[in-house]
Amino acid sequence: MHPVSMRSVTKNYRLGTVEVPALHELDLDIPAGSFTVIAGPSGSGKTTLLNLIGCIDRPDRGEIVVAGQAVQAMSDDALSDFRARHIGFVFQHFNLLPVLTADENVEYPLRLAGVPAAERRARVRELVEAVGLADRRHYRPGQLSGGQRQRVAIARALATRPRLVLADEPTANLDSHTGAEIVALMRRMQREHGIAFILSSHDPLVHAAADALVLLHDGRIVPPAGEGSAP
Amino acid sequence: MNLWSLALRNLLRNRRRSFATLLAMVVGLVAVLLFGGYRSNIAYGTQTGFVQQTGHLQIQRPGYYLDGGDNPAAYGIAGYRRIIDAIQRDETLAPMLAVITPTLRLGGIAGNFSAGLSRSVLAIGLIPEEHNRMLAWNEHGVVSYARPLPLAGSLPDAVVVGTGVARKLGLCHLLDAANCTPPPRTDDGQPTPDDIAALSAGERGDAAADAGTRIEVLAASARGAPNVASLDVVEAKNMGIKAFDDTYMAMHLATAQRLIYGGGEGQATAILVQLRHTAQMPAAAARLRELLAREFPGEALAVIDFATLNPMYGQTNEFMDSMFGFIALLIGVIILFTLGNTMSTAVIERTVEIGTLRAMGLRRAGIRRLFLCEALLLGAAGAVAGIAAALALAWLINHSGWTWTPPGYAYAYLILVRIGQDLPLLVGSVAGMFAVTLLSAWWPARRAARLVIVDALRHA
Ligand SMILES: Nc1ncnc2c1ncn2[C@@H]1O[C@H](COP(=O)(O)OP(=O)(O)OP(=O)(O)O)[C@@H](O)[C@H]1O
Ligand SMILES: [Mg+2]
Repeated sequence: MHPVSMRSVTKNYRLGTVEVPALHELDLDIPAGSFTVIAGPSGSGKTTLLNLIGCIDRPDRGEIVVAGQAVQAMSDDALSDFRARHIGFVFQHFNLLPVLTADENVEYPLRLAGVPAAERRARVRELVEAVGLADRRHYRPGQLSGGQRQRVAIARALATRPRLVLADEPTANLDSHTGAEIVALMRRMQREHGIAFILSSHDPLVHAAADALVLLHDGRIVPPAGEGSAP
Repeated sequence: MNLWSLALRNLLRNRRRSFATLLAMVVGLVAVLLFGGYRSNIAYGTQTGFVQQTGHLQIQRPGYYLDGGDNPAAYGIAGYRRIIDAIQRDETLAPMLAVITPTLRLGGIAGNFSAGLSRSVLAIGLIPEEHNRMLAWNEHGVVSYARPLPLAGSLPDAVVVGTGVARKLGLCHLLDAANCTPPPRTDDGQPTPDDIAALSAGERGDAAADAGTRIEVLAASARGAPNVASLDVVEAKNMGIKAFDDTYMAMHLATAQRLIYGGGEGQATAILVQLRHTAQMPAAAARLRELLAREFPGEALAVIDFATLNPMYGQTNEFMDSMFGFIALLIGVIILFTLGNTMSTAVIERTVEIGTLRAMGLRRAGIRRLFLCEALLLGAAGAVAGIAAALALAWLINHSGWTWTPPGYAYAYLILVRIGQDLPLLVGSVAGMFAVTLLSAWWPARRAARLVIVDALRHA
């Protein structure tokens, strides 16, 4: 079963009276346990697509099935609970809670999911060590470098053992060296946890790490070169 | 890291803003509590004063109070002793009673006729021992200005007058005040009409002419004829309210009765009923009316409470209540907008954070709770600090010895605030504070909860 499957998904934004098309009649299946990268020029709809997959936005038309659930008809609360259980997020600007330490940031989604305290502690310890921040666990985000913050964010995204981790331009705010480290970490965590990662990126380094590359242009998927030209 | 500690950490993020908001709440609460405590002190103070002087309830002839209370002949209660006995025997009323005592009010003219000075007085005949027990009533523990009347154990002709009466009659040596002119000698002139001088000379008889304290009181007897008593002023007493002080005279009940009723059966114009607790007043009044109707069906008797007898009591309370209400409302509105502004700013500043929390699966209600918790924490801190500051300031004020003279009063009162003893004030202010807190945080919290997640995440 695909962790994500989309059929004829269309999304337009309204700017005053003008309709701005963002995604058009999109069909997409993400294979289980894959490291998928969405590429495309600015404004091609990468963020919009990730938002729809992440269930924080709704399509105008079409069908989206995430982790076996048709999500477009779910209520706001049901979607919130669904995200808490099945989806992890990594953001371009890290988006850690500034008042919480690294440990507490990783723990936060576990509290939302209602995981008991003992198990929370064990999972936080394991994840914080796995992303290489054992000696920074009591630091607040303001005391961490960009790369370290993104490591905390990756640990946080994985804490609830989701089916799916989404990362919108996770390296765009990092220098290329740190970006490469973060991509390598994500790739490693994706393999270890055996779950699907979907990233968007302009970064060739990220593209190179992908199992599958989805190329977007003007809200449509561009078929890979060669496909369709076969007889 | 539960909801409350998260809220606390968020508050500490912008210490200056949180502190400024807290300060506004504390100052507001202190103002409300101090004024409320001041109002409370005045309300309990005036209640205590009136209950000490007039009791909680009075049994009078209907219409007596409206008629002005200086016409004993028309409104006397002859059988007042039997009524008092019946009340004291009643098993419902007896435990409520602090004092029950008869009084006789009369209007007359007090004269230092040998000096050619006189003034009209409203005299009260009372039983000094019982009256002094009434003056000791102090259910609310206020600063009492009542001093016992020095009539207890005195000779039947002893009287106490207001300082205004003493001044007018030229009894200057009874006053500490410097603003008293001694009466001019009138040996040569004859300012007193012959008949009154003769009357008073006859009444005085051979009593030692203790010049300077002896006065005569002229009153209309029950049969309409003038009657005169020669009396001995033992003290001039400042009665507080000037209009009252200028006409006050207290004498033994028996003396007053002799002046009005001569040798006949003495009557009273009112039976004063002082209860142990003011809260017993409605029950006691109902029971009294029932008892009077049952046991004295022939007598026309009315039961009147002290608030009706002293309209100033209700007027003072209404005035203070309306001022308090206005101040509390004003401060509530100021806190509402200050806190509302603080919370709105916090929501705007933390838009991306709200989007992130929502993406991670926090429900709308969770966002709302987070901001309400922050506001409630501020409210709780404001309440605790405000009460502490108000109590400390109240202590300082109460120990400062500040005084003021209320309108219409003849002497200064201590400025006191009564916060600690006023539970409704404390509870009400704190509840009001929390209500304002929740109200002001409600809209910002609601706005935060309703943010569109993707828009919030895009917020720069
Ligand atoms: N909230 C919005 N309101 C109006 N138009 C929007 C909104 N969000 C996106 N769009 C439009 O939808 C289209 C797709 O935008 P999207 O953000 O998905 O592109 P993107 O591929 O993520 O671009 P970038 O690489 O710059 O992040 C663009 O034309 C954009 O202007
Ligand atoms: Mg984008």
